[in-house]
Parts: sequence; C-alpha cells; structure tokens
Amino acid sequence: MAHRWKPDLTQDDVTPYRAFLNRRQIVAGGVAGLGLAAMGAAPARALDLEPNDWEEITSYNNFYEFGTDKGDPKRHAGKMTTTPWTVRIDGMVDRPGDYDFTDIMERMTIEERIYRLRCVERWSMVVPWNGFELADLLDMVGVRPEARYVAFETLLRPDEMPGVRYNVIDWPYVEGLRLDEAMHPLTIMATGIYGKTIPNQNGAPMRLVVPWKYGYKSIKSVVRITLTDKQPPTAWNKYSAREYGFYSNVNPNVDHPRWSQAFEQKVGGGLFAQRVPTLMFNGYEDEVASLYAGMDLVKYH
Amino acid sequence: MPAWIWSSITDPMIGTANRGLRAIPVWIAYLLLLLPAPVLFYMGLTGGLGVEPIEALEHEYGELALKLVVLGLAVTPLRRWTGLNLMKFRRTIGVVTFVYVVLHLLVWMVLDMQTLDAIWADILKRPYITVGMTAFVLLVPLAVTSNNISVRKLGPRWRVLHRLVYPAAILGALHYILLARGFQIEPLVYMGVILVLLALRLNFGRFRDLVRQ
Repeated sequence: MAHRWKPDLTQDDVTPYRAFLNRRQIVAGGVAGLGLAAMGAAPARALDLEPNDWEEITSYNNFYEFGTDKGDPKRHAGKMTTTPWTVRIDGMVDRPGDYDFTDIMERMTIEERIYRLRCVERWSMVVPWNGFELADLLDMVGVRPEARYVAFETLLRPDEMPGVRYNVIDWPYVEGLRLDEAMHPLTIMATGIYGKTIPNQNGAPMRLVVPWKYGYKSIKSVVRITLTDKQPPTAWNKYSAREYGFYSNVNPNVDHPRWSQAFEQKVGGGLFAQRVPTLMFNGYEDEVASLYAGMDLVKYH
Repeated sequence: MPAWIWSSITDPMIGTANRGLRAIPVWIAYLLLLLPAPVLFYMGLTGGLGVEPIEALEHEYGELALKLVVLGLAVTPLRRWTGLNLMKFRRTIGVVTFVYVVLHLLVWMVLDMQTLDAIWADILKRPYITVGMTAFVLLVPLAVTSNNISVRKLGPRWRVLHRLVYPAAILGALHYILLARGFQIEPLVYMGVILVLLALRLNFGRFRDLVRQ
C-alpha cells in the first residue's frame, strides 16, 4: 500500500534533470540572462521548495565511511560494490531472512518524494528522492506485535571504505527509529534521486530517509534491519549522548551544545547566501507532531 | 652513519638554501604567502570551493592560519637544529598568519553568522568559539607591535610580549579539535606538532645549560 502520503509538490515542480543541465550550460557559457528567463518560467509554487541540483546533492555529502571531508564520499564511494546486495531483516518479524535487493525492488512501489534535508551541522537541501515506504517493506516481512523499535545497520567493508581505518565513530554505523516513526507515511527507503539510481555517496543501493529528523538519522547503504522491543543503540548517540539524542528531531528551539539550531544555510546559495530560520520538525510539524504529543522535546532531543 | 659524514652532505645543502633565502626580498614572501587569500575568495565566488563555499572558505582561511602558525613556530628550532635560517621571514610569517586569522573571523562573522546577535551569542555560549576568539585577542597586540619602532621602544619586553603566540597557537589548535565531529586525526596532528615545537624550546634551554656544565 504505497502512496500513503500526498505530497504538496508534484512532478512539475522538480527541475527536470535535462533542463537543469541546459540551464547550467547556459549560465556556464556566460549568457546568464537566458538561464534566468528559463527559471522564471517554472511554476510559481516551486519557488517555495525548489530542489537542489544533481551536482549539489551528489558532491556535498556526509558518509564518514569514505572520509570526513564533504567531497570524500564522491571521491571514494565508487569503490563500494552494490551488486549483489543483500539486506538481512530479522528480529521480531514473521518472515526473517536475507532479502536480495532486486527481489525487494520487484515487490515495492517506487514514488517520488521531494523532501527537505536538514543536517545537524546547519546546512540544508531539498532532495527529490525516489523510493518506497518503509512501512511497505515492514509489512512484507510481517512485524510481530511485541516489536517497538526498528534498528538499522550500514555496510562495513574496510577494503572498500578508506574512512573506517580511523574510529571517527564506532563502526558499523547504526541507527534506530521507534516503530511508529518507521511506519509513518513520510518515512521512506530511497533508491533513487531525480529518477536515476541513487549514487553510492548518497547511500546506494538503499538508504533510509526520515525528513523531520537531522540527516544522520537517515542511515545509508543499509544491510540489516532488525525489529526489537528495546531502544537500539545509534551511532552518534554512542559517540556523544549529550550532542546527539535518540530522537534527533529537527527543532530550532533545542540547540546543539556547540551551535545554535535556530537557523540553517541552504546549500547552493553561494558565498553571500542568507541564512533562513529552521522550521519545527523541519517543516513537517503537521504530519509528525502528534507522534511526540506530551513528550519533553528538550529531554528527548 | 657517523654524524660527520651526514653533516658533510647536509651542510652544503643548508648553506645553499640559506644563500637562496637571503636573495629573496621580503616583499616577495609577503606576496607569495598572501596570494591564496584572494585566490580562495575568487574560487568561492566561482564554484571552485564546491557547493557550500561559505563553510569551505571559512575552513580554508582557518587552516592556512594554523599552517602558518606552525611554520612561524618552526623558524627557531629549524635554525638551531638544522642551521636553516628563516629568521628574515619570521615577521612576515607572523603578520600573514594574523591576516588569515582576521579573514577567517570575517568570513565567520559576515558570511556565516550574519547578525551581531548570533555572533555575540556564540562567543559567549560556544566553547570552541570562545577559545578561537581568545586566540585572536592574544594575537592583536602582536600584530600591532610587528614593526621596527615597537621593537625599539619595547626593548627586551618585546620578546616577552611575543611569547603570547605560544598560548595563541595552542588555543588555535584546541579550537579546531573542539569543533570536529567524531574522532578526527587532523586537528590532533596540528596540536601535536605545535606542542612538539614548543617543547623543543623548553628542552633547548636545558640542553644548553647541560652543555655549558
């Protein structure tokens, strides 16, 4: 049962990949006026949430398994073998097992979801993901009634991942969601961007996307999904619980101990880009605030 | 290999290097060391620093300042242990270091934080910013007194005053360590190199006393 969430943006609002390329070529060629005219023809509502371009989305990444520099994932992630790819789904499920990625894809419905992405480091993007609802995958394996949480794990393959030579954090990268967060219609497993196969640096072949949480919750290149009744450990929380809570919901009122989260910098605005206020739950308050009704969002940050 | 064989190879090389260095006018050194500043800014404007140029430019200027701090602190040990003489350029290195610290600070204030409220809040609330600002404040009197008149007027006090670069260097490296996410090697390498360069000074004094006895 895909399509649980109705997006407020449609396919028309995405900068088409080809048009985007043309625009850049025109601008690069110095005839900036033509490029601006083409942009002006885009639907007005797209101005509200215009996706970042392919170059921005695929060259500015945090994927520490390939290095801590923003350019490292693009430089090094090509070494990662993504075919064949197996996802072990186990724990409190009716049909545990090793699922081949191609078999999963055959059974899932791929949709486009244009989401905001807010990094804990204060930068943000808008990404036109392609993927399927995590709820569909969980339904496929059958979640047992005693399950309360979902744990995720990223591939750890040192000979293909130069960044794991150093214990920047405790490898493998692990993440977790409460079951109701995992089943929420906004939560997807992304397998593409701009209608193309998701690049390795963005978490190929399949990565979690939870748009109302800081980016590091959206774990990449997932090899294991475990249903459990206990809150699972998460990578950044293990490194510093004070700085990175289990929930990690985007919240302009709760600062990271080392910087304010009230504002963010949109990637792609250049050297003189203005900061913009960060939105509660990254702009998905209407959809998800009810999940946390009555909770102390400072304590459970 | 006996030390005399080693020094018979290296001494002529050092001598040649020192003669070459003496031939370079100081203004050339200023030009070369300052050149990356406008080049990086231009790259930031034109996409050469990637899709998020504010953060990139901030980091580039900051790292250059740290590299120059290391170079400046290396001048004395290099001369004492290898004979390589960079004394002529020590003031140049120091002044240019300060320029990069100011540029780093300006990018943070004007392009990154953008409002006085945000700047002030961070200076007070965020330890890594407080540490970085302290390092900057320590460097201000050094920059102001980096001229011949000050050296003459202050006399022996000038040398004492300019030892402020030692705590400033340590705070600069600490600033980098505190802002890193996760366990990262590079900031620790800067701190390690700076501490070794400072330790060489301490040990040299004791070593000299021992030799005299």
